[in-house]
Amino acid sequence: MDYTSVLKDISTYPGISGREEKLSKYIKNMFDKYCDETTIDSFYNVVGVKKGFSKSDKKIMVTAHLDEIGLLVTGIEKKGFLRFSNIGGIDSKILLAQEVIVHGKKDVLGVIGAKPPHLLKTEDTKKAVKMQDLSIDTGLSEDEVRENVSIGDVITFKAKPFTLKNSRISSKSLDNRAGVTALIDIMENLEKIHHEYDVYFVATSQEEVGLRGAVIAAYNITPDVAVVIDACHGDIPDVPKDSVFKLGKGPSIAVGPNLHVDLTKKIIDIAKEENIPYQIEPSPGNTGTEAWAIQVSRTGIPTVLVSIPLKYMHTTVETLHVDDVKYSGRLISRFISSIDSKTGGILCF
Amino acid sequence: MFDLLKKMTQITGVSGNEEEIRDVITEEIKDKVDDIRVDTLGNLIAVKKGTGKKIMVAAHMDEIGVMATFIDDDGFIRFSNIGGVSKYNAIGQKVRFNNGTIGAVHYEQKLEDIKNLNLSKMYIDIGASSKEEALKSVSIGDVACFAGDAKNQGDTIISKALDDRSGCAVLIKAIEDMKKTENEIYYVFTVQEELGLRGAKTAAYQIKPDLAIAVDVTLTGDTPNARPMEVKLGKGPAIKIKDRSIICHPKVRKLLEQSAKRINIPYQFEILESGGNDSGAIHISAGGVPSGAISIPCRYVHSPVEMASLTDIENAAKLLVESLCHVKK
Amino acid sequence: MFLKELTELNGVSGNEEDVREFIKKEAKKYSDEINVDSMGNLICLKKGRNSKYKVMISAHMDEVGFMVTGYGEAGVLKFATVGGIDNRILLGKRLTVGNKKLQGVIGGKPIHLQNAGERQSNVNIKKMYIDIGANSKEEAEKLVSVGEYAAFYSSYSTLGKNAIKAKALDDRAGCAILLDILKDEQYDFDLYACFTVQEEVGLRGAQVTSYGIYPDVALVVEATTCSDVLDVEEHEYSTILGEGAALTIMDRGAYSNKKLVEFLYTNGKKNSISVQYKTTTSGGNDAGKIQTARGGVIVASISVPCRYIHSPVSLMSKNDFDSCSKLVKIALGEFNKNPKLIDGLK
Repeated sequence: MDYTSVLKDISTYPGISGREEKLSKYIKNMFDKYCDETTIDSFYNVVGVKKGFSKSDKKIMVTAHLDEIGLLVTGIEKKGFLRFSNIGGIDSKILLAQEVIVHGKKDVLGVIGAKPPHLLKTEDTKKAVKMQDLSIDTGLSEDEVRENVSIGDVITFKAKPFTLKNSRISSKSLDNRAGVTALIDIMENLEKIHHEYDVYFVATSQEEVGLRGAVIAAYNITPDVAVVIDACHGDIPDVPKDSVFKLGKGPSIAVGPNLHVDLTKKIIDIAKEENIPYQIEPSPGNTGTEAWAIQVSRTGIPTVLVSIPLKYMHTTVETLHVDDVKYSGRLISRFISSIDSKTGGILCF
Repeated sequence: MFDLLKKMTQITGVSGNEEEIRDVITEEIKDKVDDIRVDTLGNLIAVKKGTGKKIMVAAHMDEIGVMATFIDDDGFIRFSNIGGVSKYNAIGQKVRFNNGTIGAVHYEQKLEDIKNLNLSKMYIDIGASSKEEALKSVSIGDVACFAGDAKNQGDTIISKALDDRSGCAVLIKAIEDMKKTENEIYYVFTVQEELGLRGAKTAAYQIKPDLAIAVDVTLTGDTPNARPMEVKLGKGPAIKIKDRSIICHPKVRKLLEQSAKRINIPYQFEILESGGNDSGAIHISAGGVPSGAISIPCRYVHSPVEMASLTDIENAAKLLVESLCHVKK
Repeated sequence: MFLKELTELNGVSGNEEDVREFIKKEAKKYSDEINVDSMGNLICLKKGRNSKYKVMISAHMDEVGFMVTGYGEAGVLKFATVGGIDNRILLGKRLTVGNKKLQGVIGGKPIHLQNAGERQSNVNIKKMYIDIGANSKEEAEKLVSVGEYAAFYSSYSTLGKNAIKAKALDDRAGCAILLDILKDEQYDFDLYACFTVQEEVGLRGAQVTSYGIYPDVALVVEATTCSDVLDVEEHEYSTILGEGAALTIMDRGAYSNKKLVEFLYTNGKKNSISVQYKTTTSGGNDAGKIQTARGGVIVASISVPCRYIHSPVSLMSKNDFDSCSKLVKIALGEFNKNPKLIDGLK
């Protein structure tokens, strides 16, 4: 698989939480190539099933969320300026002078502006800018804006993917299209690797607004084992080193109350055996990922969490190392193939 | 509409203590539905039977209030909040306990800076001169609502508990005015919404509907120097796009919008930056329920002087009826 | 009563194994079925003579504690808290660290070396560390891996005539009461004694046990805050040490079934057991998740008042512990005599 081109392709496709319909169809097409069945549920989760070799009804679910953070039109002001608020967690400080696409009746390009600095009180120039003081300028007249845009329309960032040195890519929405890329990589790997149980690949919706797609998918699929792929913070200057992970050194495997102890041990052992680089992510409580929701679905689902190190999370320059995606795909493929009837004991099947 | 609202809002029904309001609503609707029952948590579930889609409509019966937690030797009552009680709104208010006892809410005089006020520095005075006397009227655990008369002025109603008795009134009106439809409709008057959408969660699990619509109040952005928000009083019921608990399902939002256009009533879109509503709990229940919400614009929510437009409320009922009849198999 | 053994075992949320194994060994003698689910909840079923009703009693096995997150200079360990701990109590405490159960201490800069600003401010937990005596980062890495847990160290002891000092009374006190009840003879209804995990990190274990069992009625046996200490105003006490089993009317997680609370209070008084109402509504426990399981569950909490909760020196009264134990038994006895009571709660 050409990781770079897939990452660049799907990270630029718009799909904000709650408005994933088109993106879901796009990703379903990618799933179709490898899966025995693919469906999109009523909340736009994309579910692809790859049948196992045994007749067992056991299921392994692998999720990566497909939705991205973004903005939402909340008001149309004089001269056609748009007020907006956020969907998912966004730092207002990154918004000034960004290019955006307003998804109205047709797509409208815009830029984010605010009152210029020389008109601000000195003390206000020192404070972080607030979202309510920003607006989007589309260059269109108020009438043209009203014709094409209405309150509730979503806005995505326009950000051209960059290739940096040392196999690094910088783009928007790599959180968590990198995970979706890994899903496809796993499907491709499983064409050649034996696996006993049915694998349910789920590109989930609405993760950024409260893990909602995963709540629904886990309940409906009721898997016996779940693997969540998400992003963790990449190593950057001036942060405590025990909460970030180096790029290119492999995915992080989380340990803590949120994760199943024996399965986590198993995936770590596989990484060691297969010589796949990995890092350990200590998670004393909520991992902030879909694993948190999936673990307590119905009567409980044994869950492991694999995260791809990503710098500058929730900005338009999210940066990762392509190898970490590849390592994640290989690690999880081997993990899936290692789960069979003998694994039962540790899961309380 | 005002008479119904007055009747609904003036009953005390603090979260977890919805017995009385439930009885009143039951009286209003019991002869107009095919089945009516109360579940484990106290939700009132009324069913219009049918063979089409299963639709759940929810409005919460409970309102915010206070609970007596401690009575001192001089008969002053300390209290805790039930739901989102503003300490500032609470100052100088009258509270009414279920047995009719009235109390005045005030704060300790030694407080120097009002910014340091919190509920543990406040108390309820029922005029009792000793603990013994106070205990004759109020026990630990008793709850009280904030008293606020219902008044009609022009098109507006000012009252306590429009959140969400106005939603309850919309459901009652919809039951009365329901048109012919094959759809099976579950009208659920939920409990403990103000404590975290609890009743809606368990009700949705029992019913497992194909689609759900919640009816609740929302904030407005039309008062002096209000936080920017497009919703205005009197400009029609609002179709919710998102709040903290839900991004409404695009299909439900479209159903509501098209229904509003068909019956030619004014409507507006609502994006609420804080707060949630019953549809938030419903949509992630039991494997997912496409859900949306009709919101009644309401000023001064969670105060004894909540204000809403009678026309908005009437139109919300019309919109609900029209939408329920147009959910297709 | 196994309170000493139970409190001296370590079981930080997510790492309850030692506690679970101990309880399992004891509970096995008195249960018809024992099941450990994927999260590690221990569910003991005592079959009824007639299984028309399911009654659940629940206590959590986990305690607050720490997780090792990394390594600092000179072989010390960096850590984060698991569950709610007041960071101000951490300096100068003893811990049991990691899978090897090493002894460790939380050290800090001595007062001589602190500047004026440092003397007047609390130490940020990011700046704190655990010293296990390792000489270097490499040595520390061999002894403790990132992700391993640490627990407070505190021996069980009696203070005065009636008070018990220990760590993890929240909620090994509840576990001890449940174990004791399992020894009693069989009831008419099916009794599920649930020893749950991960209460302290979000009531996670109870969420899945209550979904699985979906009982007709549930009683949570807990330890709860008790602030009847110097300089606290009486209305903020929450509970009073020595005044009996505490009943929660409402907290931030659950609104207890009112009829059930009244039933407990009345039956306590009738049988001369001290009972008190918890007079604040803060906090929450497993009841919060149990109440909203599936289509809704009738639930109430019976708690042992516990001063200095979530610290290594939690304090409770033996009498309160006994009151809680008796009250749960009386409630179960009443349900047994008159199963219609259970329907009456709905």
